[in-house]
Amino acid sequence: MSFLCSDVSDVLRTLESAGVNFLWHPSLSQVSGSEALEVLEGCANGTVPLDILCLEGAVLFGPNGTGRFHVMSGTGIPTMTWVQRLAERARHVVAVGSCAAYGGMTSAGVNPADACGLQYHGEKPGGLLGATWHDPSGLPVINVSGCPVHPAWVVETLLALALGDFGPGELDPLGRPRFYADQLVHHGCPRNEFYEFKASAGKPSDLGCLMENMGCKATQAHADCNIRLWNVSGSCLRGGYACINCTAPGFEEPGHEFARTPKLAGIPIALPIDMPKAWFVALAALSKSATPRRVRENASVERVVVPPAIRVSRK
Amino acid sequence: MTRVVVGPFSRVEGDLEVTLEVEDGAVQQARVSSQLFRGFEQILTGKVPMDALAVVPRICGICSVAQSVAVVRALAGAAGVSPPPNGRTAQNLMLAAENMADHLSHFYLFFMPDFARPAYSQRHWHPLVVRRFEAMRGAGGVEALSSRARFLELVAILGGKWPHTLALQPGGTSRAVQKAEKVQLLLVLREFRKFLEGTLFGDRLERIAGLSWATLCGWRDSRPAAESDFRLFLEVAGDLEIERLGRGPGLFMSYGAYDDGDRPHFRQGLFDGEVRPLEQAAIREDGSHAWLADGAPRHPAEGVTQPAPDKEGAYTWCKAPRLGGRVVEVGALARQVVDGHPLARQLATSGGGNVFSRVLARLLELALVVPAMEHWVTTFEPGAPFCLPAEIPERASSYGFVEAARGSLGHWLTVGEGRIRGYQIVAPTTWNFSPRDAEGQAGPLEQALVGTPVGGRLGEVLVQHVVRSFDPCMVCTVH
Repeated sequence: MSFLCSDVSDVLRTLESAGVNFLWHPSLSQVSGSEALEVLEGCANGTVPLDILCLEGAVLFGPNGTGRFHVMSGTGIPTMTWVQRLAERARHVVAVGSCAAYGGMTSAGVNPADACGLQYHGEKPGGLLGATWHDPSGLPVINVSGCPVHPAWVVETLLALALGDFGPGELDPLGRPRFYADQLVHHGCPRNEFYEFKASAGKPSDLGCLMENMGCKATQAHADCNIRLWNVSGSCLRGGYACINCTAPGFEEPGHEFARTPKLAGIPIALPIDMPKAWFVALAALSKSATPRRVRENASVERVVVPPAIRVSRK
Repeated sequence: MTRVVVGPFSRVEGDLEVTLEVEDGAVQQARVSSQLFRGFEQILTGKVPMDALAVVPRICGICSVAQSVAVVRALAGAAGVSPPPNGRTAQNLMLAAENMADHLSHFYLFFMPDFARPAYSQRHWHPLVVRRFEAMRGAGGVEALSSRARFLELVAILGGKWPHTLALQPGGTSRAVQKAEKVQLLLVLREFRKFLEGTLFGDRLERIAGLSWATLCGWRDSRPAAESDFRLFLEVAGDLEIERLGRGPGLFMSYGAYDDGDRPHFRQGLFDGEVRPLEQAAIREDGSHAWLADGAPRHPAEGVTQPAPDKEGAYTWCKAPRLGGRVVEVGALARQVVDGHPLARQLATSGGGNVFSRVLARLLELALVVPAMEHWVTTFEPGAPFCLPAEIPERASSYGFVEAARGSLGHWLTVGEGRIRGYQIVAPTTWNFSPRDAEGQAGPLEQALVGTPVGGRLGEVLVQHVVRSFDPCMVCTVH
């Protein structure tokens, strides 16, 4: 459903014109029931060529490895068995969303359904297809992770595959397309000035930086959410709440409250990955002491109370 | 008697299988089965209550905001806080945006494409329906998708993104609307209105909202069917007499939709010929025919969900919710019937819940809610707060009610020692697609399918109309 928010006009036919034809989509296709199963069976037995298999949702192994928590309707066969058969025939396999990629929220807590991803269980390689699996072109499962996924991440991955212009170098070490995973959510964050001065929000709806108190992981999260916006003009940070790093395996169990930053001696435990901690702390202390009144006062309120000053030229 | 297993269902959200017992070319008995169990209620158990804000919307990528509103209300109840007017209005608008987007997707992408099937090729309206509604190709679907994508910017402005916003908080919303943004919100709504009036209805929303049974046929015949998608729907519906298909149990329930502060915008209650108060305490979930241990009927506050995949006589992962032991139907029709909209009431009392009345009620809601949204935006008071602090106590018992697009959604929450001790979710499609209960009463869809003609040139198409008329969300159903 997130995919259907694409801002590409007439996204289905645009994809079609670029060579991407939908054989079956559960939410969109005309064919249903036995006609749909004919398509799936054709793909699984090789009589219908299958270029790209897209899976949404985690693979459910439970209970006790039987896969009966998710049976493909009308077949009596566990969905994991269908997915395995189809993956063997597909030229490429795409995991759409963090559940299909790594298990995601479905594998949180006690993981009641024994959920995992297509080629990962959390950050551990393996999953349904196994760590060494690759498609005939040498690509592993392409993990278009995110919860939800940005529609453009899906559209552009499909187009790149159709163009035949997508090699293993296009993926990061967790199998995510680098065109969005080589960015940090922090890039383009509209709260950047509050971050620079460590002028922090203390409660939901404050305008300040969400990293120090509100659980924000944008400085560590791989995605281009603040550069390529959501639903025309939004992002989590623009919505006033923390980035919870939903493109990463294991985001569903952060080991702390989602909206509260874990700290040690008053300093957030998780700092930007490639910055020496001592330097971060030193710079933070320095910038805090240099915070303009405007930034400090605006950080802890719902709307700007001190607008930027205008320089008056001296004559 | 022949047994027919139908599935998978395209153009419904999630996994659904229906088993039909057929005799003399018609359905004698139906069993409805949810084929997916993920265990979100167990996932939530043991977590800090506020973490549910991040978990719960992820139950479903289509009813995400509704799930958020339910948990937000449960947590607000536990904390003893209620959002200030601005926060309440922002929550209403995000929920309404999701609900209206869902009504639109249902009509254009899920329901109408069935009439473009070759089985109807001899009907006079068929070429036009193919042009407008053929799955993945019809011009109407393309226009609706683009309008929907633009419309959901409303949630981006108020809550960052759709789906899975974390902006909804027990004390309000995390994103204060600035004065200039009221104009942006109104602009998005105006564009949506333009699509609805120009393409879907071919008339003013206020005119559609004011239609009654007496004026509907006259309105339809006043212009050619090709002039709007709603007229075309009425033409198809009249020709095929779809009001004879899919008769539901005749009892309608609504938790009350959108919070006007002192009362819901659309009222709460149970309609069985007249409106009665809704007794939250009279809700029971019966697991007798679900693959769950301990199937005894329980109030959701005491509910348990423990898988028992080999249970004798069970055929679904879905429990059977009942109100005072009775089978009720939920959804847009139920909401408008309970609220007392004249057309919805007339439809309900003449033909009950059926394929026609369910679909019509969704379109009616588009005409009723979008003008309300325009009004809500004007009530934002820049300068007044959007969010109040909320502290969840160490021990609490609470619930949250919301009307999702598909009907009544409830979350029941128990907190002990600062952790979630119990979490039970009863979703709209849990009500509508419930299995039999311990008394042997069939669920709403199971009842609605009885008598549906099967076979011949139409095959299972009529069954598909009945199923889709409920706009099921199977993902939420079992969660």
